[in-house]
Amino acid sequence: MKTGDLEQKSWQVRLKLVEMFSHGKAHHFGGSLSCAEILTCIYFHAMNYSRENMDEPGRDRFIMSKGHSVPSQYVILSMLGIIPEDELRTIKRLGTRLQGHPDMRKTPGIEACTGSLGQGLSFANGVALAGRMDSLKFKVYVLAGDGEMQEGQVWEAAMTASHYKLNNICVVVDRNRYQSQGEVDGMMGIEPLQKKWESFGWRAVKVDGHNIPEVCKALDIMDTGNDKPLAIIADTVKGKGVSLFENTYKGHNAVLSEEQYVQAKKEIGEKLR
Amino acid sequence: MDKTATRDVYGKILMELAGKDRDVVAMDCDLGRSTRSFNITEVDPQRFIEMGIAEQDMISTASGMASMGKIVFVNSFAVFITGRAFDQIRQQVSLPNANVKICGSSAGLTQGPDGATHQSVLDVSLMRSLPNMTVIVPADGNQTEKAVLAAYNIKGPIYLRLSRYQTGNFLSEDLKFEVGKAQIIREGEKVVLVSYGSVLKNVVDASDILAETGVSVGVVNFHTIKPVDRGVIEELAGNYKLVISIEEHSIYGGLGSVVAEVMAENGETEQHSRLVRIGIKDTFGESGTADELLRKYGLDAEGIAERVGQLCEEA
Repeated sequence: MKTGDLEQKSWQVRLKLVEMFSHGKAHHFGGSLSCAEILTCIYFHAMNYSRENMDEPGRDRFIMSKGHSVPSQYVILSMLGIIPEDELRTIKRLGTRLQGHPDMRKTPGIEACTGSLGQGLSFANGVALAGRMDSLKFKVYVLAGDGEMQEGQVWEAAMTASHYKLNNICVVVDRNRYQSQGEVDGMMGIEPLQKKWESFGWRAVKVDGHNIPEVCKALDIMDTGNDKPLAIIADTVKGKGVSLFENTYKGHNAVLSEEQYVQAKKEIGEKLR
Repeated sequence: MDKTATRDVYGKILMELAGKDRDVVAMDCDLGRSTRSFNITEVDPQRFIEMGIAEQDMISTASGMASMGKIVFVNSFAVFITGRAFDQIRQQVSLPNANVKICGSSAGLTQGPDGATHQSVLDVSLMRSLPNMTVIVPADGNQTEKAVLAAYNIKGPIYLRLSRYQTGNFLSEDLKFEVGKAQIIREGEKVVLVSYGSVLKNVVDASDILAETGVSVGVVNFHTIKPVDRGVIEELAGNYKLVISIEEHSIYGGLGSVVAEVMAENGETEQHSRLVRIGIKDTFGESGTADELLRKYGLDAEGIAERVGQLCEEA
Protein backbone atom coordinates (compact mmCIF):
# COMPACT_ATOMS: atom_id res chain seq x y z
CA MET A 1 0.00 0.00 0.00
CA LYS A 2 1.26 3.51 -0.86
CA THR A 3 2.22 6.00 1.84
CA GLY A 4 -0.73 8.27 1.11
CA ASP A 5 -3.14 5.35 1.30
CA LEU A 6 -1.69 4.19 4.61
CA GLU A 7 -2.01 7.71 5.97
CA GLN A 8 -5.65 7.84 4.95
CA LYS A 9 -6.18 4.38 6.42
CA SER A 10 -4.80 5.44 9.79
CA TRP A 11 -7.19 8.40 9.90
CA GLN A 12 -10.04 6.08 8.95
CA VAL A 13 -9.02 3.94 11.92
CA ARG A 14 -9.32 7.01 14.14
CA LEU A 15 -12.72 7.95 12.73
CA LYS A 16 -14.14 4.44 13.15
CA LEU A 17 -12.61 4.27 16.61
CA VAL A 18 -14.34 7.46 17.75
CA GLU A 19 -17.60 6.31 16.16
CA MET A 20 -17.28 2.97 17.96
CA PHE A 21 -16.67 4.72 21.28
CA SER A 22 -19.41 7.29 20.62
CA HIS A 23 -20.31 9.64 23.47
CA GLY A 24 -21.38 9.27 27.07
CA LYS A 25 -19.25 6.22 27.83
CA ALA A 26 -15.73 5.88 29.16
CA HIS A 27 -13.21 4.40 26.73
CA HIS A 28 -9.46 4.20 26.31
CA PHE A 29 -9.15 7.05 23.82
CA GLY A 30 -5.58 8.22 24.41
CA GLY A 31 -3.61 5.06 23.74
CA SER A 32 -5.97 3.82 21.04
CA LEU A 33 -5.61 7.05 19.08
CA SER A 34 -1.83 7.29 19.48
CA CYS A 35 -1.15 3.91 17.84
CA ALA A 36 -3.28 4.29 14.69
CA GLU A 37 -0.35 4.71 12.27
CA ILE A 38 1.68 1.99 14.00
CA LEU A 39 -1.13 -0.55 13.70
CA THR A 40 -1.91 0.48 10.14
CA CYS A 41 1.72 0.00 9.10
CA ILE A 42 2.02 -3.33 10.91
CA TYR A 43 -1.18 -4.81 9.45
CA PHE A 44 -1.26 -3.25 5.99
CA HIS A 45 2.46 -2.88 5.23
CA ALA A 46 4.43 -5.44 7.23
CA MET A 47 2.29 -8.44 8.09
CA ASN A 48 1.42 -11.50 6.06
CA TYR A 49 -2.10 -11.62 7.45
CA SER A 50 -5.59 -11.68 6.02
CA ARG A 51 -9.01 -13.12 6.58
CA GLU A 52 -8.00 -15.94 4.24
CA ASN A 53 -4.80 -16.96 6.03
CA MET A 54 -5.67 -16.03 9.63
CA ASP A 55 -5.79 -19.67 10.71
CA GLU A 56 -2.68 -20.77 8.81
CA PRO A 57 0.21 -21.82 11.10
CA GLY A 58 2.64 -19.84 8.96
CA ARG A 59 0.83 -16.49 9.21
CA ASP A 60 2.40 -13.49 10.86
CA ARG A 61 0.97 -12.58 14.24
CA PHE A 62 0.19 -9.43 16.17
CA ILE A 63 0.00 -9.33 19.97
CA MET A 64 -1.54 -6.28 21.64
CA SER A 65 0.47 -6.21 24.84
CA LYS A 66 -0.99 -2.84 25.87
CA GLY A 67 -4.37 -4.49 25.96
CA HIS A 68 -6.35 -1.33 26.70
CA SER A 69 -5.66 -0.16 23.14
CA VAL A 70 -7.38 -3.19 21.62
CA PRO A 71 -10.24 -1.04 20.25
CA SER A 72 -7.92 0.14 17.46
CA GLN A 73 -7.15 -3.48 16.69
CA TYR A 74 -10.88 -4.25 16.53
CA VAL A 75 -11.24 -1.49 13.94
CA ILE A 76 -8.38 -2.93 11.88
CA LEU A 77 -9.88 -6.43 12.13
CA SER A 78 -13.16 -5.04 10.83
CA MET A 79 -11.29 -3.43 7.92
CA LEU A 80 -9.84 -6.86 7.17
CA GLY A 81 -13.33 -8.35 7.13
CA ILE A 82 -12.63 -10.48 10.19
CA ILE A 83 -15.10 -8.65 12.45
CA PRO A 84 -18.31 -7.27 10.90
CA GLU A 85 -18.17 -3.48 11.01
CA ASP A 86 -21.58 -3.15 12.65
CA GLU A 87 -20.35 -5.33 15.51
CA LEU A 88 -17.89 -2.63 16.57
CA ARG A 89 -20.56 -0.66 18.42
CA THR A 90 -21.10 -3.66 20.76
CA ILE A 91 -17.70 -3.05 22.39
CA LYS A 92 -17.72 -3.73 26.15
CA ARG A 93 -21.47 -4.47 26.18
CA LEU A 94 -22.66 -7.55 28.03
CA GLY A 95 -22.41 -10.60 25.78
CA THR A 96 -20.16 -8.98 23.17
CA ARG A 97 -17.19 -10.66 21.50
CA LEU A 98 -15.39 -7.32 21.76
CA GLN A 99 -14.23 -7.33 25.36
CA GLY A 100 -12.72 -4.33 27.10
CA HIS A 101 -9.34 -6.04 26.91
CA PRO A 102 -8.16 -8.71 24.43
CA ASP A 103 -9.62 -12.18 24.90
CA MET A 104 -8.31 -14.80 22.50
CA ARG A 105 -11.21 -17.13 23.25
CA LYS A 106 -13.88 -14.67 22.25
CA THR A 107 -12.64 -12.57 19.38
CA PRO A 108 -11.41 -13.79 16.00
CA GLY A 109 -8.03 -12.30 15.20
CA ILE A 110 -7.02 -11.84 18.84
CA GLU A 111 -4.02 -14.04 19.56
CA ALA A 112 -3.51 -13.60 23.33
CA CYS A 113 -5.22 -12.59 26.55
CA THR A 114 -3.65 -9.34 27.74
CA GLY A 115 -4.68 -6.34 29.79
CA SER A 116 -2.75 -7.00 32.94
CA LEU A 117 0.34 -5.35 31.53
CA GLY A 118 3.78 -6.66 30.71
CA GLN A 119 2.83 -10.12 29.45
CA GLY A 120 2.53 -9.73 25.68
CA LEU A 121 6.19 -10.04 24.75
CA SER A 122 6.63 -13.19 26.82
CA PHE A 123 3.63 -14.71 25.06
CA ALA A 124 5.07 -13.69 21.69
CA ASN A 125 8.39 -15.32 22.58
CA GLY A 126 6.52 -18.55 23.26
CA VAL A 127 4.81 -18.34 19.88
CA ALA A 128 8.17 -17.75 18.20
CA LEU A 129 9.92 -20.58 20.09
CA ALA A 130 7.16 -23.03 19.17
CA GLY A 131 7.25 -21.85 15.56
CA ARG A 132 10.98 -22.48 15.45
CA MET A 133 10.46 -26.03 16.76
CA ASP A 134 7.98 -26.62 13.95
CA SER A 135 10.24 -24.99 11.32
CA LEU A 136 7.63 -22.33 10.59
CA LYS A 137 8.73 -19.00 9.19
CA PHE A 138 6.65 -16.11 10.46
CA LYS A 139 7.03 -12.83 12.30
CA VAL A 140 5.47 -11.77 15.57
CA TYR A 141 4.71 -8.10 16.17
CA VAL A 142 4.06 -6.80 19.66
CA LEU A 143 2.69 -3.40 20.56
CA ALA A 144 3.62 -2.27 24.05
CA GLY A 145 2.91 0.93 25.92
CA ASP A 146 5.59 3.23 27.28
CA GLY A 147 4.02 3.07 30.74
CA GLU A 148 4.12 -0.70 30.33
CA MET A 149 7.93 -0.50 30.30
CA GLN A 150 7.61 -0.11 34.08
CA GLU A 151 6.53 -3.76 34.37
CA GLY A 152 9.49 -5.96 35.27
CA GLN A 153 8.29 -8.86 33.17
CA VAL A 154 8.91 -6.81 30.01
CA TRP A 155 12.63 -6.98 30.74
CA GLU A 156 12.55 -10.68 31.60
CA ALA A 157 10.98 -11.22 28.18
CA ALA A 158 13.50 -8.88 26.54
CA MET A 159 16.27 -11.11 27.91
CA THR A 160 14.53 -14.24 26.68
CA ALA A 161 14.07 -12.93 23.14
CA SER A 162 17.70 -11.93 22.78
CA HIS A 163 19.02 -15.03 24.55
CA TYR A 164 17.15 -17.28 22.13
CA LYS A 165 17.93 -15.00 19.17
CA LEU A 166 14.28 -14.57 18.27
CA ASN A 167 14.95 -12.34 15.29
CA ASN A 168 11.39 -12.75 14.06
CA ILE A 169 10.10 -10.71 17.00
CA CYS A 170 9.43 -7.00 16.71
CA VAL A 171 8.31 -4.87 19.63
CA VAL A 172 6.92 -1.43 18.95
CA VAL A 173 6.76 0.84 21.98
CA ASP A 174 4.00 3.43 21.65
CA ARG A 175 5.95 6.25 23.30
CA ASN A 176 3.00 8.59 23.87
CA ARG A 177 4.47 9.88 27.14
CA TYR A 178 1.32 9.57 29.27
CA GLN A 179 -0.03 6.75 31.36
CA SER A 180 -3.27 6.43 33.28
CA GLN A 181 -2.59 8.94 36.03
CA GLY A 182 0.07 11.24 34.67
CA GLU A 183 3.22 11.77 32.63
CA VAL A 184 5.26 8.57 32.28
CA ASP A 185 8.60 10.12 33.11
CA GLY A 186 7.12 11.90 36.11
CA MET A 187 5.41 8.77 37.44
CA MET A 188 8.36 6.39 36.99
CA GLY A 189 11.08 7.30 34.53
CA ILE A 190 11.83 4.79 31.76
CA GLU A 191 14.66 6.52 29.88
CA PRO A 192 17.07 5.93 28.27
CA LEU A 193 14.66 3.61 26.52
CA GLN A 194 16.53 2.96 23.29
CA LYS A 195 19.72 2.21 25.21
CA LYS A 196 17.82 -0.09 27.53
CA TRP A 197 16.62 -2.23 24.64
CA GLU A 198 20.06 -2.18 23.02
CA SER A 199 21.70 -3.21 26.27
CA PHE A 200 19.29 -6.15 26.46
CA GLY A 201 20.67 -7.39 23.14
CA TRP A 202 18.14 -5.90 20.76
CA ARG A 203 18.40 -3.76 17.67
CA ALA A 204 16.59 -0.59 18.63
CA VAL A 205 15.51 2.35 16.49
CA LYS A 206 13.56 5.48 17.22
CA VAL A 207 10.96 6.86 14.85
CA ASP A 208 8.17 9.40 14.62
CA GLY A 209 5.25 7.08 15.22
CA HIS A 210 2.89 9.19 13.14
CA ASN A 211 5.22 9.29 10.12
CA ILE A 212 4.16 6.43 7.86
CA PRO A 213 7.39 6.15 5.80
CA GLU A 214 9.50 6.18 8.97
CA VAL A 215 7.42 3.49 10.67
CA CYS A 216 7.38 1.30 7.54
CA LYS A 217 11.11 1.69 7.07
CA ALA A 218 11.72 0.65 10.67
CA LEU A 219 9.46 -2.39 10.33
CA ASP A 220 11.38 -3.36 7.17
CA ILE A 221 14.54 -3.76 9.27
CA MET A 222 13.10 -7.18 10.16
CA ASP A 223 14.03 -8.33 6.65
CA THR A 224 17.64 -7.20 6.79
CA GLY A 225 19.10 -10.36 8.28
CA ASN A 226 20.35 -10.19 11.84
CA ASP A 227 20.02 -12.54 14.76
CA LYS A 228 18.69 -9.88 17.12
CA PRO A 229 15.04 -9.06 17.80
CA LEU A 230 13.91 -5.57 16.86
CA ALA A 231 12.56 -2.80 19.10
CA ILE A 232 11.00 0.28 17.54
CA ILE A 233 10.45 3.19 19.85
CA ALA A 234 7.73 5.17 18.21
CA ASP A 235 7.31 8.72 19.47
CA THR A 236 3.62 9.51 19.37
CA VAL A 237 1.07 11.97 20.69
CA LYS A 238 -1.34 10.56 23.22
CA GLY A 239 -4.88 11.09 21.98
CA LYS A 240 -3.64 12.04 18.49
CA GLY A 241 -6.40 13.48 16.30
CA VAL A 242 -8.81 14.51 19.05
CA SER A 243 -7.45 17.83 20.32
CA LEU A 244 -9.26 17.54 23.65
CA PHE A 245 -7.28 14.41 24.49
CA GLU A 246 -3.92 15.28 22.93
CA ASN A 247 -0.85 15.31 25.16
CA THR A 248 -2.65 14.68 28.41
CA TYR A 249 -3.27 11.70 30.63
CA LYS A 250 -6.87 12.84 30.96
CA GLY A 251 -7.88 11.09 27.76
CA HIS A 252 -6.41 7.74 28.80
CA ASN A 253 -9.81 6.45 29.86
CA ALA A 254 -12.34 9.21 29.28
CA VAL A 255 -15.84 10.18 28.15
CA LEU A 256 -16.82 12.44 25.26
CA SER A 257 -19.92 14.59 25.61
CA GLU A 258 -22.19 14.64 22.56
CA GLU A 259 -20.85 18.04 21.59
CA GLN A 260 -17.24 16.90 22.02
CA TYR A 261 -18.03 13.81 19.97
CA VAL A 262 -19.24 15.91 17.04
CA GLN A 263 -16.15 18.09 17.34
CA ALA A 264 -13.81 15.05 17.47
CA LYS A 265 -15.35 13.57 14.33
CA LYS A 266 -15.03 16.94 12.59
CA GLU A 267 -11.33 17.21 13.47
CA ILE A 268 -10.60 13.72 12.19
CA GLY A 269 -12.79 14.23 9.13
CA GLU A 270 -10.66 17.19 8.08
CA LYS A 271 -7.72 14.79 7.65
CA LEU A 272 -9.68 12.51 5.36
CA ARG A 273 -9.85 13.05 1.63
CA MET B 1 13.49 -48.83 51.52
CA ASP B 2 12.19 -47.41 48.27
CA LYS B 3 13.35 -43.80 48.23
CA THR B 4 11.26 -42.61 45.34
CA ALA B 5 9.58 -39.21 45.62
CA THR B 6 6.74 -38.09 43.38
CA ARG B 7 9.07 -35.66 41.60
CA ASP B 8 11.27 -38.58 40.50
CA VAL B 9 8.45 -40.44 38.82
CA TYR B 10 7.23 -37.19 37.30
CA GLY B 11 10.58 -36.69 35.57
CA LYS B 12 10.58 -40.24 34.28
CA ILE B 13 7.07 -40.07 32.84
CA LEU B 14 7.67 -36.62 31.36
CA MET B 15 10.64 -38.09 29.50
CA GLU B 16 8.56 -41.02 28.26
CA LEU B 17 5.80 -38.71 27.05
CA ALA B 18 8.33 -36.54 25.24
CA GLY B 19 9.63 -39.66 23.50
CA LYS B 20 6.17 -40.43 22.20
CA ASP B 21 4.85 -36.96 21.42
CA ARG B 22 6.91 -34.28 19.69
CA ASP B 23 4.64 -31.54 21.02
CA VAL B 24 5.59 -32.19 24.66
CA VAL B 25 7.86 -29.40 25.90
CA ALA B 26 9.33 -28.65 29.35
CA MET B 27 10.35 -25.26 30.72
CA ASP B 28 12.11 -24.50 33.97
CA CYS B 29 13.49 -21.60 35.99
CA ASP B 30 16.94 -22.75 37.03
CA LEU B 31 15.65 -25.76 38.96
CA GLY B 32 15.44 -28.39 36.22
CA ARG B 33 17.68 -30.90 37.97
CA SER B 34 15.70 -30.61 41.17
CA THR B 35 12.23 -30.66 39.60
CA ARG B 36 13.41 -33.47 37.27
CA SER B 37 12.11 -31.60 34.22
CA PHE B 38 15.68 -31.70 32.90
CA ASN B 39 15.16 -35.43 32.26
CA ILE B 40 13.45 -34.46 29.02
CA THR B 41 16.84 -33.52 27.56
CA GLU B 42 17.68 -37.23 27.37
CA VAL B 43 15.01 -37.48 24.70
CA ASP B 44 15.48 -34.10 23.01
CA PRO B 45 17.58 -31.21 24.39
CA GLN B 46 15.67 -28.81 22.13
CA ARG B 47 12.48 -29.43 24.06
CA PHE B 48 13.86 -28.28 27.37
CA ILE B 49 13.65 -24.51 27.53
CA GLU B 50 15.64 -22.86 30.28
CA MET B 51 13.96 -19.59 31.22
CA GLY B 52 16.41 -18.36 33.82
CA ILE B 53 15.08 -17.21 37.17
CA ALA B 54 11.94 -15.62 35.76
CA GLU B 55 8.74 -17.46 36.63
CA GLN B 56 6.40 -14.78 35.30
CA ASP B 57 8.09 -14.77 31.91
CA MET B 58 8.03 -18.57 31.87
CA ILE B 59 4.27 -18.83 32.39
CA SER B 60 3.40 -16.28 29.70
CA THR B 61 5.89 -17.85 27.29
CA ALA B 62 4.34 -21.25 27.98
CA SER B 63 0.94 -19.83 27.14
CA GLY B 64 2.29 -18.61 23.80
CA MET B 65 3.72 -22.05 23.08
CA ALA B 66 0.43 -23.69 24.04
CA SER B 67 -1.37 -21.43 21.58
CA MET B 68 0.82 -23.08 18.91
CA GLY B 69 -0.30 -26.58 19.90
CA LYS B 70 2.49 -27.44 22.29
CA ILE B 71 1.76 -29.36 25.49
CA VAL B 72 3.86 -27.39 27.91
CA PHE B 73 5.02 -28.66 31.29
CA VAL B 74 6.28 -25.67 33.29
CA ASN B 75 8.37 -26.32 36.37
CA SER B 76 9.73 -24.66 39.46
CA PHE B 77 9.30 -24.98 43.18
CA ALA B 78 5.60 -24.88 44.00
CA VAL B 79 6.02 -21.75 46.08
CA PHE B 80 7.49 -19.71 43.22
CA ILE B 81 5.50 -21.01 40.29
CA THR B 82 2.12 -20.45 41.95
CA GLY B 83 2.94 -17.36 43.98
CA ARG B 84 5.33 -15.33 41.89
CA ALA B 85 3.49 -15.98 38.66
CA PHE B 86 -0.10 -16.02 39.88
CA ASP B 87 -1.26 -13.17 37.68
CA GLN B 88 0.31 -14.70 34.58
CA ILE B 89 -1.39 -18.02 35.38
CA ARG B 90 -4.69 -16.19 35.88
CA GLN B 91 -4.59 -14.11 32.70
CA GLN B 92 -2.69 -16.30 30.26
CA VAL B 93 -3.33 -19.88 31.40
CA SER B 94 -6.59 -20.02 33.31
CA LEU B 95 -8.56 -17.42 31.31
CA PRO B 96 -7.70 -18.79 27.85
CA ASN B 97 -7.88 -22.41 29.09
CA ALA B 98 -4.33 -22.91 27.81
CA ASN B 99 -2.88 -26.40 27.60
CA VAL B 100 -0.20 -25.69 30.21
CA LYS B 101 0.72 -28.10 32.99
CA ILE B 102 1.91 -26.18 36.02
CA CYS B 103 4.17 -28.53 37.94
CA GLY B 104 4.87 -27.25 41.43
CA SER B 105 7.78 -29.20 42.84
CA SER B 106 9.13 -29.57 46.40
CA ALA B 107 5.74 -28.57 47.74
CA GLY B 108 4.87 -28.35 51.39
CA LEU B 109 6.92 -28.34 54.59
CA THR B 110 8.93 -31.30 53.31
CA GLN B 111 10.83 -28.89 51.08
CA GLY B 112 12.80 -28.84 54.31
CA PRO B 113 15.90 -26.90 55.33
CA ASP B 114 15.39 -23.90 53.03
CA GLY B 115 12.69 -22.71 55.40
CA ALA B 116 9.56 -20.60 55.18
CA THR B 117 10.47 -18.70 52.01
CA HIS B 118 10.71 -21.92 50.03
CA GLN B 119 7.94 -24.00 51.59
CA SER B 120 4.72 -23.90 49.66
CA VAL B 121 1.75 -24.22 51.99
CA LEU B 122 -0.72 -21.99 50.10
CA ASP B 123 -0.40 -23.27 46.53
CA VAL B 124 -3.43 -25.56 46.48
CA SER B 125 -5.58 -22.73 47.76
CA LEU B 126 -4.33 -20.37 45.05
CA MET B 127 -4.64 -22.82 42.19
CA ARG B 128 -8.06 -24.15 43.06
CA SER B 129 -9.51 -20.64 42.97
CA LEU B 130 -8.81 -20.42 39.23
CA PRO B 131 -11.51 -21.25 36.65
CA ASN B 132 -10.59 -24.04 34.19
CA MET B 133 -7.84 -25.31 36.51
CA THR B 134 -7.67 -28.97 37.52
CA VAL B 135 -5.67 -29.57 40.70
CA ILE B 136 -4.02 -32.98 41.13
CA VAL B 137 -1.74 -34.09 43.95
CA PRO B 138 -0.42 -37.64 43.58
CA ALA B 139 0.50 -39.45 46.77
CA ASP B 140 3.18 -41.87 45.65
CA GLY B 141 5.23 -42.97 42.68
CA ASN B 142 2.66 -45.24 41.07
CA GLN B 143 0.02 -42.60 41.42
CA THR B 144 2.30 -39.95 39.97
CA GLU B 145 2.69 -41.97 36.81
CA LYS B 146 -1.08 -42.08 36.40
CA ALA B 147 -1.45 -38.42 37.35
CA VAL B 148 1.11 -37.20 34.82
CA LEU B 149 -0.50 -39.25 32.07
CA ALA B 150 -3.90 -37.85 33.04
CA ALA B 151 -2.50 -34.31 33.01
CA TYR B 152 -1.10 -34.94 29.54
CA ASN B 153 -4.42 -36.28 28.27
CA ILE B 154 -6.57 -33.44 29.63
CA LYS B 155 -6.56 -30.54 27.19
CA GLY B 156 -6.36 -27.57 29.50
CA PRO B 157 -4.56 -26.20 32.54
CA ILE B 158 -3.46 -28.55 35.29
CA TYR B 159 -1.79 -27.82 38.59
CA LEU B 160 0.29 -30.84 39.51
CA ARG B 161 1.64 -30.64 43.05
CA LEU B 162 4.80 -32.68 43.49
CA SER B 163 7.02 -33.50 46.40
CA ARG B 164 10.60 -34.34 47.19
CA TYR B 165 9.55 -36.36 50.26
CA GLN B 166 10.68 -39.93 49.76
CA THR B 167 7.62 -42.03 50.45
CA GLY B 168 8.30 -44.80 47.95
CA ASN B 169 5.24 -46.64 46.66
CA PHE B 170 2.85 -47.28 49.51
CA LEU B 171 -0.46 -47.50 47.68
CA SER B 172 -1.55 -50.60 45.82
CA GLU B 173 -0.56 -50.43 42.18
CA ASP B 174 -4.02 -51.74 41.29
CA LEU B 175 -5.82 -48.82 42.93
CA LYS B 176 -7.92 -47.26 40.19
CA PHE B 177 -6.95 -43.68 39.43
CA GLU B 178 -9.47 -41.39 37.84
CA VAL B 179 -9.26 -37.59 37.90
CA GLY B 180 -12.02 -36.24 40.12
CA LYS B 181 -12.66 -39.55 41.90
CA ALA B 182 -11.56 -40.05 45.48
CA GLN B 183 -10.00 -43.36 46.49
CA ILE B 184 -11.24 -45.26 49.51
CA ILE B 185 -8.02 -46.66 50.99
CA ARG B 186 -9.72 -48.29 53.97
CA GLU B 187 -13.05 -48.20 55.78
CA GLY B 188 -13.36 -47.31 59.46
CA GLU B 189 -15.93 -47.18 62.22
CA LYS B 190 -16.79 -43.69 63.40
CA VAL B 191 -13.91 -41.60 62.09
CA VAL B 192 -12.52 -41.08 58.60
CA LEU B 193 -9.28 -39.35 57.62
CA VAL B 194 -9.19 -37.52 54.29
CA SER B 195 -5.88 -36.48 52.83
CA TYR B 196 -3.75 -36.23 49.67
CA GLY B 197 -0.15 -36.07 48.52
CA SER B 198 2.93 -37.48 50.18
CA VAL B 199 1.62 -36.91 53.71
CA LEU B 200 -1.01 -39.55 52.96
CA LYS B 201 1.77 -42.05 53.74
CA ASN B 202 1.82 -40.79 57.32
CA VAL B 203 -1.96 -40.83 57.47
CA VAL B 204 -2.03 -44.48 56.40
CA ASP B 205 0.72 -45.29 58.91
CA ALA B 206 -1.21 -43.43 61.61
CA SER B 207 -4.29 -45.52 60.90
CA ASP B 208 -2.12 -48.64 61.32
CA ILE B 209 -0.91 -47.38 64.70
CA LEU B 210 -4.50 -46.71 65.76
CA ALA B 211 -5.61 -50.14 64.51
CA GLU B 212 -3.06 -51.73 66.86
CA THR B 213 -4.84 -50.04 69.75
CA GLY B 214 -8.18 -51.26 68.50
CA VAL B 215 -9.31 -48.01 66.88
CA SER B 216 -10.51 -48.40 63.31
CA VAL B 217 -10.42 -45.23 61.20
CA GLY B 218 -11.20 -44.89 57.51
CA VAL B 219 -8.72 -43.33 55.07
CA VAL B 220 -9.69 -41.64 51.80
CA ASN B 221 -7.33 -40.15 49.23
CA PHE B 222 -8.49 -37.00 47.45
CA HIS B 223 -5.72 -36.88 44.84
CA THR B 224 -7.90 -34.49 42.85
CA ILE B 225 -8.64 -31.36 44.84
CA LYS B 226 -10.46 -29.81 41.90
CA PRO B 227 -12.88 -30.94 40.62
CA VAL B 228 -13.41 -32.57 43.97
CA ASP B 229 -15.41 -35.75 44.42
CA ARG B 230 -18.44 -34.19 46.12
CA GLY B 231 -20.30 -37.47 46.14
CA VAL B 232 -17.70 -39.18 48.31
CA ILE B 233 -17.55 -36.23 50.71
CA GLU B 234 -21.34 -36.36 51.06
CA GLU B 235 -21.17 -40.12 51.68
CA LEU B 236 -18.47 -39.72 54.30
CA ALA B 237 -20.44 -36.97 55.99
CA GLY B 238 -23.41 -39.32 56.13
CA ASN B 239 -21.55 -42.43 57.25
CA TYR B 240 -19.04 -41.16 59.79
CA LYS B 241 -19.38 -39.16 62.97
CA LEU B 242 -16.15 -37.30 62.38
CA VAL B 243 -14.32 -36.33 59.19
CA ILE B 244 -10.71 -35.25 59.74
CA SER B 245 -8.83 -33.57 56.92
CA ILE B 246 -5.06 -33.87 57.09
CA GLU B 247 -2.86 -31.95 54.72
CA GLU B 248 0.64 -30.59 54.25
CA HIS B 249 -0.90 -27.24 53.43
CA SER B 250 -2.65 -24.39 55.16
CA ILE B 251 -5.99 -25.32 56.66
CA TYR B 252 -7.26 -22.27 54.75
CA GLY B 253 -8.19 -23.05 51.18
CA GLY B 254 -6.92 -26.62 50.96
CA LEU B 255 -8.74 -29.93 51.25
CA GLY B 256 -10.09 -29.05 54.70
CA SER B 257 -11.80 -26.01 53.24
CA VAL B 258 -13.09 -27.98 50.27
CA VAL B 259 -14.65 -30.56 52.58
CA ALA B 260 -16.10 -27.82 54.77
CA GLU B 261 -17.69 -26.15 51.76
CA VAL B 262 -19.28 -29.37 50.55
CA MET B 263 -20.48 -30.37 54.02
CA ALA B 264 -21.93 -26.93 54.65
CA GLU B 265 -23.86 -27.04 51.39
CA ASN B 266 -24.89 -30.64 51.91
CA GLY B 267 -28.24 -29.83 53.48
CA GLU B 268 -30.38 -32.51 51.89
CA THR B 269 -28.62 -35.67 52.92
CA GLU B 270 -28.73 -36.91 56.44
CA GLN B 271 -25.50 -35.67 57.84
CA HIS B 272 -24.46 -36.06 61.39
CA SER B 273 -20.73 -35.67 61.19
CA ARG B 274 -18.51 -32.81 62.07
CA LEU B 275 -15.19 -31.78 60.55
CA VAL B 276 -11.77 -31.21 62.07
CA ARG B 277 -9.00 -29.75 59.93
CA ILE B 278 -5.40 -30.72 60.57
CA GLY B 279 -2.73 -28.88 58.63
CA ILE B 280 -0.67 -25.71 58.73
CA LYS B 281 -2.56 -23.33 60.98
CA ASP B 282 -2.27 -19.88 59.46
CA THR B 283 1.47 -19.82 59.91
CA PHE B 284 4.69 -20.34 57.99
CA GLY B 285 7.10 -23.22 58.15
CA GLU B 286 10.77 -22.95 59.12
CA SER B 287 14.10 -24.66 58.55
CA GLY B 288 14.54 -28.28 59.54
CA THR B 289 14.60 -31.70 57.95
CA ALA B 290 11.38 -32.90 56.39
CA ASP B 291 10.81 -35.41 59.18
CA GLU B 292 11.58 -32.90 61.93
CA LEU B 293 9.13 -30.44 60.43
CA LEU B 294 6.39 -33.00 59.98
CA ARG B 295 6.86 -33.97 63.62
CA LYS B 296 6.80 -30.39 64.87
CA TYR B 297 3.68 -29.53 62.88
CA GLY B 298 1.90 -32.71 63.90
CA LEU B 299 1.93 -34.32 60.49
CA ASP B 300 4.14 -37.35 61.21
CA ALA B 301 2.45 -40.73 61.67
CA GLU B 302 2.79 -40.67 65.46
CA GLY B 303 1.56 -37.11 65.75
CA ILE B 304 -1.44 -37.79 63.54
CA ALA B 305 -2.21 -40.99 65.45
CA GLU B 306 -2.06 -39.18 68.76
CA ARG B 307 -4.31 -36.32 67.69
CA VAL B 308 -6.78 -38.58 65.88
CA GLY B 309 -6.80 -40.93 68.88
CA GLN B 310 -7.86 -38.06 71.12
CA LEU B 311 -10.54 -36.98 68.67
CA CYS B 312 -11.80 -40.56 68.40
CA GLU B 313 -12.30 -40.67 72.15
CA GLU B 314 -14.37 -37.51 71.96
CA ALA B 315 -16.34 -38.72 68.93
